[in-house]
Amino acid sequence: MIDIIGKRAWFFLISGIAILLSIIFLAVFGLKPGLDFSSGSSITLSFSQEVDHAALKGELANLGYGNSIVQTTGGGDFLIRTVALTDEAKKQLEADLTTKFGPVTEKSLQTVEPVIAKHTSRVALIAVIIAAVGILLYIVWAFRKLPKAFYCGTSAIIALLHDVLITAGIFALLGALLDWEINLMFITGVLAIIGYSINNTVVVFDRIRENLRKGISPSFEVITNYSVVETLSRCLNTSITTLITILALLLFVGGSIQNFVWVLLIGVVVGTFDSICVAPSLLVVFETGKWGRSQQPAQALK
Amino acid sequence: MSGRNALIFLILLALFVFSVCAIIYPMFGREEIHLGLDLKGGLHLVYQADMSNVEAGQETSVIEGVIAVIQNRINPLGVTEPNIERMGADQIVVELPGASVTDIQKERIGRTALLEFREQVTENDEEKWVPATAKVNGQEKALTSSYFKTNTYVTRDNLGRILLVFEWNEEGSKLSEAITTRLIDKPLGIFEGDEPLRGDDGQPIAPIVRAVITTSGQIEGLSLKEATELSKQLNAGRLPVPLELVYEENVSPVVGADFVSLSLKAGLIGVILVMLFMTAYYRLSGFLANLALIFYGALSMAIFKLIPVTLTLAGIGGFVVSIGMAVDANVLIFERMKEELRAGRTLGAAIDAGFSRAWTAIRDSNITTFIACIILYIVGSNIAAGAPVKGFALTLFIGVAVSMFTAIIVTRTLLRLFVGGFLANKTSLFSPYVGKGK
Repeated sequence: MIDIIGKRAWFFLISGIAILLSIIFLAVFGLKPGLDFSSGSSITLSFSQEVDHAALKGELANLGYGNSIVQTTGGGDFLIRTVALTDEAKKQLEADLTTKFGPVTEKSLQTVEPVIAKHTSRVALIAVIIAAVGILLYIVWAFRKLPKAFYCGTSAIIALLHDVLITAGIFALLGALLDWEINLMFITGVLAIIGYSINNTVVVFDRIRENLRKGISPSFEVITNYSVVETLSRCLNTSITTLITILALLLFVGGSIQNFVWVLLIGVVVGTFDSICVAPSLLVVFETGKWGRSQQPAQALK
Repeated sequence: MSGRNALIFLILLALFVFSVCAIIYPMFGREEIHLGLDLKGGLHLVYQADMSNVEAGQETSVIEGVIAVIQNRINPLGVTEPNIERMGADQIVVELPGASVTDIQKERIGRTALLEFREQVTENDEEKWVPATAKVNGQEKALTSSYFKTNTYVTRDNLGRILLVFEWNEEGSKLSEAITTRLIDKPLGIFEGDEPLRGDDGQPIAPIVRAVITTSGQIEGLSLKEATELSKQLNAGRLPVPLELVYEENVSPVVGADFVSLSLKAGLIGVILVMLFMTAYYRLSGFLANLALIFYGALSMAIFKLIPVTLTLAGIGGFVVSIGMAVDANVLIFERMKEELRAGRTLGAAIDAGFSRAWTAIRDSNITTFIACIILYIVGSNIAAGAPVKGFALTLFIGVAVSMFTAIIVTRTLLRLFVGGFLANKTSLFSPYVGKGK
């Protein structure tokens, strides 16, 4: 049998480095609030002639929209994120761009005034708090039958924070490199990921409970490792099928849900790693107090 | 094959046929699956009502009044299924699916359409326009178009000039008489909000009062289009409170159609790959799970159409992701079956044990997703840009709920059909890595 839990020192090292980097990215770059939270306009323009990204950005700066974010989207269109545009300002801008780059069509427009942005931020914050409380209550309920409910709950929560922190850290880095922003769909994706990741952890812990009851080994570490290996193919297979569909979305759809799909992708990968490697390992550390491989090898069972 | 299982199988088959029919044909008055603004294209506006002058307790009736007026203004645009509703205490959402609305039309939706008559006074050597007021029934009142009868019309005079003709109601006549008597040979400005009404030539309209006006009057100098539009709006009623446009989203229908075909493609490719994976890994069981997955897709789509659920891009995303998650319950069950078969049980016993033991894990593991979906749905319903969030939450919720049903009931029924059949002894067909060792 594969010894997963025995290698926990390595997993803690990998997670530790990832968390450290994430904290650095978050501290240095921060998360860029998107349109939903910061107000402004986002406009998708399609040019009939080929337009260079840098040239467009330069022209926007000439026209007084120096702080705009310009992104290319699938099909050669440009997504321009700028200050809130009135109808007149938008018309003027489109006219100026037509003069410079030839005919342009507006494919979509979104304008958010500060009052809406403030409201959205407040609602999103409340939602995250309610979700956190709801999930805490759920963890207490789900692990009520486990002999070490408190340790299980703590491990699961640390594992969740680990997922959220790493996802946010990657977005902070992408924000600095590619101007990615945090919008409402990012929050939605994170909440969906929390639900998904806790699923996996519950399945693994549930199996530990069952094997503890059967008393298959006197060693907690052996039982945990046995349970993780037993549930390994389930965890991996579910993640593979979910990743298949997420990748299909990412490759073919993109567009306005692109960032959202990336959150799901990162979250599923990190969440699967943590459910298999980190959360059960933490449980073993809490239970035995040992951070590394113990004297008794996990293979002892069979 | 037991008789009870055969019966369940037939019921499921009927449900499947029903789902497919519901998707293809109109049913219960639902013609086709409802698409959101981001897929159909269209205009989504949110207005903030200025409630500062509204008395406490009157808010609801004022907002209802605003909605009725907007409804009247939208009807002539010929938009199918416009949606106008209140959001929160003082916001109004206007959704015009599939419409290409011009900027001018858009501007008019939220227009107050209240004309104010103003007179010129000199204050500190500066000329200013202030509301023209007079006493009527002992109260000082300003002259506005709220005293117009709702029968204004546009016509031309002998010289071909455009006239917007209006009639005063009783109170308006008295006001108008008092004011025009006082302002003879002086200009009377016409304002909408703080902006003067401008004529075809771009100049503010401020005619000189030549005679006392009592019953009816006319506004000269507007363009034909502007006069016609204004007349319509005056007749349809003015907004009881000023509105400010605070959120706007406009998607061209072409872009929406692109996304529909792209997400269909993504969904199809995703499903096919998931099916290949399941068959390769779990063999015949996996194949049966794929049948359950097809059932799942059909049933979910039928539910989306019949409720109806408005599908947004994020909603379709949620649905596509839920396909990947839908097989989770099957994976849990099959892994259990594998262990039971390894322990030397017969196929029938392994199926029963696999399903009953996996159930708690399936139930527990879906609860968090349900919690997240409910929170997201409430959030999405309460914010301006919430449609994608709401759509995602709803489709994921329905998707996970339906998948629990199909993965458990449908797969179990299909698997049991094979128990006792000629394949029952070939356990390796149902689960990998079992047959050889034992």
